[in-house]
Amino acid sequence: MVRIDFNRLRFLVVDDNAHMRRILRTLLHGFGTREVYEAEDGAGALEAFTHYMPDIVLVDWVMPIFDGLELTQMIRQPGSNANPYVPIIMLSAHSEKKRIVTARDAGVTEFLVKPISAKALYERILNAVANPRPFIKTGSYFGPDRRRGVNPNYAGPERRKDGKSEVIHQPQPDKAKVLI
Amino acid sequence: MASRKDSSASVATYADHEVIVPAHSLRNAVTAAADCNDDDPIAHAEAALAQLSSEFGAWMHAECERLEAARQTVAREGFNEKTHGALFRAAHDIKGEAATFGYPELTGVAESLCRLLEHTPDLARIPQPLVDQHVDALRAIGREYARPDLVDVAHALTARLRDVTDEFLKHENRFRPDYLEGIFAPPLVPGAAGA
Repeated sequence: MVRIDFNRLRFLVVDDNAHMRRILRTLLHGFGTREVYEAEDGAGALEAFTHYMPDIVLVDWVMPIFDGLELTQMIRQPGSNANPYVPIIMLSAHSEKKRIVTARDAGVTEFLVKPISAKALYERILNAVANPRPFIKTGSYFGPDRRRGVNPNYAGPERRKDGKSEVIHQPQPDKAKVLI
Repeated sequence: MASRKDSSASVATYADHEVIVPAHSLRNAVTAAADCNDDDPIAHAEAALAQLSSEFGAWMHAECERLEAARQTVAREGFNEKTHGALFRAAHDIKGEAATFGYPELTGVAESLCRLLEHTPDLARIPQPLVDQHVDALRAIGREYARPDLVDVAHALTARLRDVTDEFLKHENRFRPDYLEGIFAPPLVPGAAGA
């Protein structure tokens, strides 16, 4: 069982809505964070990201000019900034599967569907800080490993070449167990 | 597989991908729960939010007025990328914020308006009367939130607007079955609706 010492973490909150920025700042200060920086759009966020070097970025998806998804893609450019591995927690009112998959494929670390709660936000931050995932770099993706675990029921091609196995074969089910 | 290690990350290289383990720079922020005092950070944050809650009514009102202003701009100028974006963002913010502000009954109508705006392929075909009905319903529910029958009225309004919107979206996307399937797929989040 672990806890987060929020006093050691610096946050950047990116949301075009001033009310939501205030909510997030209040929650983060409530957790014990002292350093919370804000940006109201993607352009301001990139500048603040470079200037303040936050440990964690909280970003809204829907924003004018360029949105949270585009901001994530800009940060996740290996070699283009000081910390392309920074945990990015996307907060959005979008809840459809397609949207969440799109955010994941852009390289977000965690996704939190609004309305937010103190508990849900804490859990996302805890997971990002205490259980960091390795990063995967392919021709079309750079971001946290999208495989959060091994699916024991998966059978099919291994899409990562030269990995453990190029085709994953599941053992035949035990007939006796199937009948039971 | 080849491995290398630089100052900030270890890298394992495979045929078509690399697995990079960045330095765990946030490790010093992780402490054992036993080493902490009994303070509950979640309870602290909830208390801080409760202190802020006296402002939520005014904030919700401001968000509804922002939506109304965006609706009026659309009525005056018609739908274009800018007016559509402003109206969508106003509705989307209400969808995301209303429950946090203590107005959960606004969420469903805001969500229905988001669906209408997001999934109508031709902006010029978005029916202004249906937009108006959504905006009027949101403002009315927000204004009358103290009414004892508010929940029933809000549910009835939400269901009717959602039905009309869904029928419209089915018609407008009738030649895009894959897209339609996505619109009506169940959300990943329990209790949340689409869009």
